[in-house]
Amino acid sequence: MYKKKECVAMLLAGGQGSRLYALTEKTAKPAVTFGGKYRIIDFPMSNCVNSGIYTVGVLTQYQPLVLNEYIGNGQPWDLDRMSGGVMVLPPYQGKNGADWYKGTANAIYQNLDFIRRYDPDYVLILSGDHIYKMDYNAMLQAHKSSGADCTIAVLEVPLSEASRFGIMVTDETGKITEFQEKPKNPTSTKASMGIYIFNAKVLEKYLIDDENTPGSSNDFGKNIIPNMLNDGMKMFTYPFDGYWKDVGTISSLWEANMELLGENPKFNVHDKNWRIFSRNYAAPPHYVGDKAFVSDSVISEGCEIYGTVEHSVLSSNVIVEKGAVVKDSVIMSGTVIKAGARVEYAIIDSNSEISEKANVGEPKEHAKGIAVVGSGLIVASNAKIASDAMINNDSIDGVTIIQK
Amino acid sequence: MSVAGIIFSNIHDNNIPELTRNRTMASVPFGCRYRLIDFTLSNMVNSNITNVSVITHYNYQSLMDHIGAGKDWDLARRSGGIKILPPFITAYANNVNSLYTTRLEALKNVNNSISKIPDDYVVLSDCDVICNVDLNDMIKNHIENDADLTIAVKKVKLNKEQAKINVLIDSDENGKIVDVKAYPTSFKGTADINLNIMVVSRKYLQEIVLDSIAHNYTSLTKDVILRNVKRKNYRIYRYDGYFACITSTQDYYKSSMELINDRSIRNQLFGIKDRPVYTKVRNSAPTYYSPDAKVKNSLIADGCEIYGEVENSILFRGTKIGKGTVVKNCILFQDTYTGENVTLNCVIADKNVVIRDNKHLSGDETLPFYLAKGKMI
Repeated sequence: MYKKKECVAMLLAGGQGSRLYALTEKTAKPAVTFGGKYRIIDFPMSNCVNSGIYTVGVLTQYQPLVLNEYIGNGQPWDLDRMSGGVMVLPPYQGKNGADWYKGTANAIYQNLDFIRRYDPDYVLILSGDHIYKMDYNAMLQAHKSSGADCTIAVLEVPLSEASRFGIMVTDETGKITEFQEKPKNPTSTKASMGIYIFNAKVLEKYLIDDENTPGSSNDFGKNIIPNMLNDGMKMFTYPFDGYWKDVGTISSLWEANMELLGENPKFNVHDKNWRIFSRNYAAPPHYVGDKAFVSDSVISEGCEIYGTVEHSVLSSNVIVEKGAVVKDSVIMSGTVIKAGARVEYAIIDSNSEISEKANVGEPKEHAKGIAVVGSGLIVASNAKIASDAMINNDSIDGVTIIQK
Repeated sequence: MSVAGIIFSNIHDNNIPELTRNRTMASVPFGCRYRLIDFTLSNMVNSNITNVSVITHYNYQSLMDHIGAGKDWDLARRSGGIKILPPFITAYANNVNSLYTTRLEALKNVNNSISKIPDDYVVLSDCDVICNVDLNDMIKNHIENDADLTIAVKKVKLNKEQAKINVLIDSDENGKIVDVKAYPTSFKGTADINLNIMVVSRKYLQEIVLDSIAHNYTSLTKDVILRNVKRKNYRIYRYDGYFACITSTQDYYKSSMELINDRSIRNQLFGIKDRPVYTKVRNSAPTYYSPDAKVKNSLIADGCEIYGEVENSILFRGTKIGKGTVVKNCILFQDTYTGENVTLNCVIADKNVVIRDNKHLSGDETLPFYLAKGKMI
């Protein structure tokens, strides 16, 4: 028995996030840690729940173990439901063979059966690599009242940056007249956020047509949206003016973390009316020692700080020993910064160890880039890791980088 | 072999009347993010005891709110799980004596539930035992020694005042209990104190309860244990990790401060591998430190926002420390809000207290200043 749902959300979480290098070696991008206790996927999932959408399909493909385990039965997001709830949808073997998800549109196409079970009027397409808080229900209401076949959330971007995005040209009512994918000479500043609401029947038709088109890249931005526009379907933009960040690169991930800091943080996760839910691991409260110095930082549960932490974001169970300095950095859970070590302008993945007096990265002012240390590695004592180094399992040399 | 748990949630309520005015002892906040019952519940869950009954008496809304369906302790189960046993009052009987005051009376009252426990053994525990104990080892010990009843004890040095509020257990060299001294008025020295955690077979527990109903016994120590101590094999189980039991508001304050000042206590409570302490998940954001924040020697939960100075203090979830505010030697419960340029010293602020700008409050280490739930200053 499946109850009819007005709207079903499909969350594309199969991306590899190759530009996050060491951080996505064993984890899909949506499962990358962000802002201390969160994972990127917590944001779209929490948005769904806070918007009253309780049926969410999560499409996974690349390195799904951590992501699957993290989502589990959806209990942290209140998505363990009798009807609906969260459902992980990996690629599967069918009667006519097995296919990986060839593109975003193909991923949804392969799971049309999942959508049909709930007989929804609308389908919300999301991606699992953005940090933002958004009321999808407001967008759905706008979609309904405009009578559109498809509504695309857009963000105003500076004209100079518009060429990095899919750009929507609209008339004064917000109706889309033209779509430009990463245009050289953009004529609009409305950038697509990769959030779409479709009328379910229209989406189904276009997905099936697209699947039957040889040579299609099976992608929403490249195929489905342009095809619909060519056919004269009614498509509207939905303007969004809050905080939104694509965290697809090391520098944007670092930046987004830093935007939680400062006198007036750009992004507020403390809003009790729009909580961001995440899986909790029963860590004790964090302890700040007698000689510790902590300022302009975000510290999660289970941390023990005896050294200095400035302008940094620490995930749970991070230990910063006496005399250690962490500055302008993002430290993920379970990592230990030993006495006298120095970490500046760096991202250190989970369960690593920076040994005594080791140096990772350089002061931000004269660093070449962000130093990245992957998960489960030991940086030997007195070792020095260059400012733009990317340390992963391939870097293990048994001398400066040791496997844990 | 399967084991059930029974927790007494209202025991010792009158030890800390301020904190238990609106709640049970079990739901008294402790250690930044916990309620006292979390320690007992976690001990049970970490020892694979997943059929737990909580006996309540009065004021138990806050406890029910905290426990919910038991999900956060992994106790939302199809079979077993957590169950709250409210006072059993019938419409017909003379109810004068139906509100129990002792453990034995409470057990008599839930006789019906006890008789339905399917497990072979039962762990009985008070709710205010702050420790991380391996109950499996205790149960193993109980079975190996063919005991009728095993009581967890800890060897401590007591002065006269401390002895007065404890139950001392004398045992022979084999661990068999020979005598029990409840609240001795003139004892001083080293003794095994009762930690109020007991293991008993379900059969024997039922026997005790039925016997007590028949003879109208009221005290587990006096009427049951002391009466049978010579004939039965009652034994001790010695636990030597950290243990605290809250006996007064000052004691509550002292135990809280110990958590900050002694790393080994934190390790004994929270640092044992595979034995985490669970509590209700609140989905607070991680704590934010502003560029001007100054924090020293403090325990801080998630969800706090710190713009001022904090020293030797415990901040529960969602506490906000305003600009220019100095908080020293304080315990601030969930969602305490302090405005700007406030100074607080030796203050215990209950949930949702609001302290407006420029207020100065101070208590003393021996008599912390207590602000009741929801007070606004």
